[in-house]
Amino acid sequence: MAISLVSLRDRVKSGNHFITGDHAVAEGAIAAGCNFFAGYPITPATPIAERISWRFPQIGGEYIQMEDEIASAAAIVGASSGGAKAMTATSGPGISLMLENIGLGYMMEVPIVLVNVMRGGPSTGMPTLTSQGDIMQARWGSHGDFNMIAYCPSTVQEMFDFTIKAFNAAETYRTPVMVLADQILGLMTANITIPEPDDIEIRNRVLASGPIEDYNTYNWDELIPPMAIAGQGYAVHMTGLTHDEHGYPDANVDAQAKLMKRLKAKFDTHLDDIVEYDEIMLEDAEIALIAYGSESRSAFAAVKRARAKGIKVGLLRMKTVWPFPEKLIHDLSTRVNSIIVPEVNMGQYVHPVREYADCPVHSLPHYGGEIHHPDVIVQKIEEVMQ
Amino acid sequence: MTEPIFAERHPKDTLIRTERLPHIWCPGCGLGEVIGAYGQAVEHSGLPPERHAVVSGIGCTGRAAGYIALDSYHTTHGRAIAFATGLKLANQDLVVTVISGDGDLSTIGGNHLIHAARRNIDINVIMVNNFNYGMTGGQFGATTPHGAITATSKYGNVEYPFKIPELMAAAGASYVARWTSLHVQQMEESIEKMMEHQGFSLVEIISPCPTRFGRKNKYRTGISMMKYYEKNSVKSDGIALELTYADVLKDNSLPVGEFVVDSKPSYLMNKHKVEEAQHL
Repeated sequence: MAISLVSLRDRVKSGNHFITGDHAVAEGAIAAGCNFFAGYPITPATPIAERISWRFPQIGGEYIQMEDEIASAAAIVGASSGGAKAMTATSGPGISLMLENIGLGYMMEVPIVLVNVMRGGPSTGMPTLTSQGDIMQARWGSHGDFNMIAYCPSTVQEMFDFTIKAFNAAETYRTPVMVLADQILGLMTANITIPEPDDIEIRNRVLASGPIEDYNTYNWDELIPPMAIAGQGYAVHMTGLTHDEHGYPDANVDAQAKLMKRLKAKFDTHLDDIVEYDEIMLEDAEIALIAYGSESRSAFAAVKRARAKGIKVGLLRMKTVWPFPEKLIHDLSTRVNSIIVPEVNMGQYVHPVREYADCPVHSLPHYGGEIHHPDVIVQKIEEVMQ
Repeated sequence: MTEPIFAERHPKDTLIRTERLPHIWCPGCGLGEVIGAYGQAVEHSGLPPERHAVVSGIGCTGRAAGYIALDSYHTTHGRAIAFATGLKLANQDLVVTVISGDGDLSTIGGNHLIHAARRNIDINVIMVNNFNYGMTGGQFGATTPHGAITATSKYGNVEYPFKIPELMAAAGASYVARWTSLHVQQMEESIEKMMEHQGFSLVEIISPCPTRFGRKNKYRTGISMMKYYEKNSVKSDGIALELTYADVLKDNSLPVGEFVVDSKPSYLMNKHKVEEAQHL
């Protein structure tokens, strides 16, 4: 069976489900219209591939198990070029292998979704234990200057919800998008609600239309050019080389500047649409925690415990970690006395926070394997108070 | 005396992005023949152009996609086959052909090459083998003959090369042929056969690279290499595949022809069979 549209009812399993975060990612992808998955088994992301390989034959999607993660990333860029909504799921070592083709997707402006269920690193690290060590890799991993949209779920429900958001962002901005989950969320089982299909917002890429002779692969009158997919008849040319509006290689200073500027502007001019966060008990806060992912659950517990002790502390929970919310962080820093960034790495997100904050910023790092105990965060808050 | 004929356009111009000419390839290179044969095969396929797509990797041959006026993708080094696999599965009406070099496909991309053959995935591969990395200045790779002088084997290549037909047959490819850039008619016929064949099919085209490889290895011009092909090529269908070493450094026979024609079910045929059995 070729990729086909089947009824929404078959795709979207509306109702309550007691499932793992990885399975919620798979259901979120299917609900978003994903119909191509290429992947390679890796702990702790494998259950996503297993679920997809079981579900896709029911709904007319193509699951292929590639020979490695390099091939998986190349295959999803290819599939999306052919009109599929394509994704892969992996963990840190897999992302390391995918980085070059993530750059290809960025340069060609092909929508793809990559789920990273983070585990302890570097290298093989701790396959079965958690980490948030790939935050900077997501933003800066592929070579050259590129931009990334990255969602950070903190619950099993958000594993479902944010996977849909990731597809919507990828399709809207014609760019690779990541879901930065972690081992705790991937393997945690919880109750989630899958909404009715009509209640799920789905965005699809704008397809090329109009006379073939008027079409350019990249119409630079538009910030996000309509996309011609293979088979439509537009004879597109796409390349990872610096290119002009026809998609033809054009290696010179001006062409590079023009292309880089437009690609960056896709993000800069849509920050309000992309960036998502929760402000929790920040109204009167003197200290702000900034946290994301599973660690933000511990941070929230710490805020409540500290509040019980009479400490005015709040939490900025980033649902998207990239693009970086420069203005949001700066504004927050003018309202509080200090900021603490607890994270399950040796201090990554704390660096851009320091760059944009006008108040003292403290790092609360963790070598990995578990999230901080709330009491450890409370202790840090008390230290900073003094 | 016959009047010379001047043509404003070449008959194959409709399949070439003429606005991109002149191309970047050197005099004496065999890529022109390959592009011409591919264009001819596209025309003969009877399918409208939008049913064909080309995927290339990186290198001299990797630039092929950029000159062909079809949906064409110039991807990352070594990954053209993986990209093409995704493209084909996403749009199964397409005839997807990878045109790339020996270094791109068999050295850095060797893993994808063997696994695509093993799956018998429904794509076509034209591997243009010039025995070296031309674009980066002529270094040795996985097809460079033992003993060849290259930019990184100045005292002779100490490694042994792949015999591409043997490698592909062992990996499970269901159509494998080899020609040289001299065999324009035969290569075109093989490309047409690939387009009709269901499953993974590959045609290796031995092609001159006088600029980077030839001048260091007795073939200063493209024509001297072509003369070698003319003298040494032996049609060897059905030959034992361990004998397909293309050792152009020696005055050996150069086996060409169709080496594998296997009608075993392709990846997609197998997949559809499983899905039908499940009544899906």
